[in-house]
Amino acid sequence: MCLAIPGKIIEFDKNKEHATVDYGDGTKRKANVTLVDVKIGDYILVHAGFAIEVLNEKDALETLDLFREMLSQEEN
Amino acid sequence: MFSLKDKKLANEIVSKIKKLDVNLKFMHVCGTHQDSLVKHGLDSLLKKCGVKIGQGPGCPVCVTTPREIEEMLILARNGKIVTSFGDMINVPGETESLRSMRTEGCDVRTVYGIEDAVEIAQKNPGKDVVFMAVGFETTAPTTAAVILKNPPDNFSILCCHRTVPEALEAIIKMGEIKIDGLIEPGHVSTIIGSKPYEFLSKDYKVPQVIAGFEPIDILMGAWMLVQQIEKGKAFVQNEYTRVVHAEGNVKAQQAIKDVFEQGDIKWRGFPVIPKSSLDLRSNFVKYDARKKFEDDLVELKEKEFTEPDGCRCGELLRGLVSPFDCPLFGQACTPSTPVGPCMVSIEGSCNIEYRYKEK
Repeated sequence: MCLAIPGKIIEFDKNKEHATVDYGDGTKRKANVTLVDVKIGDYILVHAGFAIEVLNEKDALETLDLFREMLSQEEN
Repeated sequence: MFSLKDKKLANEIVSKIKKLDVNLKFMHVCGTHQDSLVKHGLDSLLKKCGVKIGQGPGCPVCVTTPREIEEMLILARNGKIVTSFGDMINVPGETESLRSMRTEGCDVRTVYGIEDAVEIAQKNPGKDVVFMAVGFETTAPTTAAVILKNPPDNFSILCCHRTVPEALEAIIKMGEIKIDGLIEPGHVSTIIGSKPYEFLSKDYKVPQVIAGFEPIDILMGAWMLVQQIEKGKAFVQNEYTRVVHAEGNVKAQQAIKDVFEQGDIKWRGFPVIPKSSLDLRSNFVKYDARKKFEDDLVELKEKEFTEPDGCRCGELLRGLVSPFDCPLFGQACTPSTPVGPCMVSIEGSCNIEYRYKEK
């Protein structure tokens, strides 16, 4: 139920309430974007047809480094 | 966009937990966590390190009560077009499921989200269209956003939204099960942030970690909980920082506040849990199927509901038993012949165990 899938915003509809989202595997689908502040190119998390959060690519890429850092800190 | 598959790091986390020689029991409340735990064998891996992780009442379809299902069945029988997410349609009611009612000529439609149901209402102006609004805080804002946009008058919802922190408090207070730590659901937390969980650590001294869904996320989550326990601490930590912000999605929270108010509601397997439902505010009463079709539903008013014979979904949702403890599991109860909702929903423990271990 709470499954959410990441995708990239490629185009807004005229009313700006919906956008076309590219899920990277050739799947493109409309999502409602009224619950988030987004621009074209943003990665979003989509649940039940709605974008529920904007993903920060920098944070994502740094995740593993953050984990390694936490694990080594605990040892000290 | 990114991958979190780092076997070396996973092994490092596991060996660090193993060294501490612990005997702990954690609970999570998310079908996607359960899926990842079983699919990647993390449940047995962690068990070998002294950490048992089990699913609590973390599947919206599973915790929806027989009464709510019966309400939808009556609305379908009385000529409404009823719509819901796919899994919900397959959950058996007392005598039938929404899906089986299709054979009686009832108009039951599966939708991907609430906007699909509104579209059905727009295309069928002469018919009443009811959407069964199940789901936790992840899904509630999607319902709220639609209600705030004035959908057509022939559209209404059977509101079954529930909130997670209140259910966690209920399960801790019931005291039936030892819970050394809670792994909080990543996407519920995307909406509500970390603050709504804080009282659980403060009042009940339970360590909590908000975690993502990759194997590394869950292992890190377990590691962070173990660390809190080792240090004698109990607070809310966020492992899923790439998605969850401390303040959550403020816009979505506002939509929830604008449309819903807290109410008391029964969860399957539980008694009434105070303040754990999201009920439509009175200014949206025209979209409330329970008010709109009060006359249709009056026959259920005094009715008592029981669980299906032999079904242990209730105990499973309270974390007391595993699917293998149920004599029906894999025998009388399979995904194609489900007895209880935990075998129907792809987020239910029984369905997950069956898919990955019984096949």
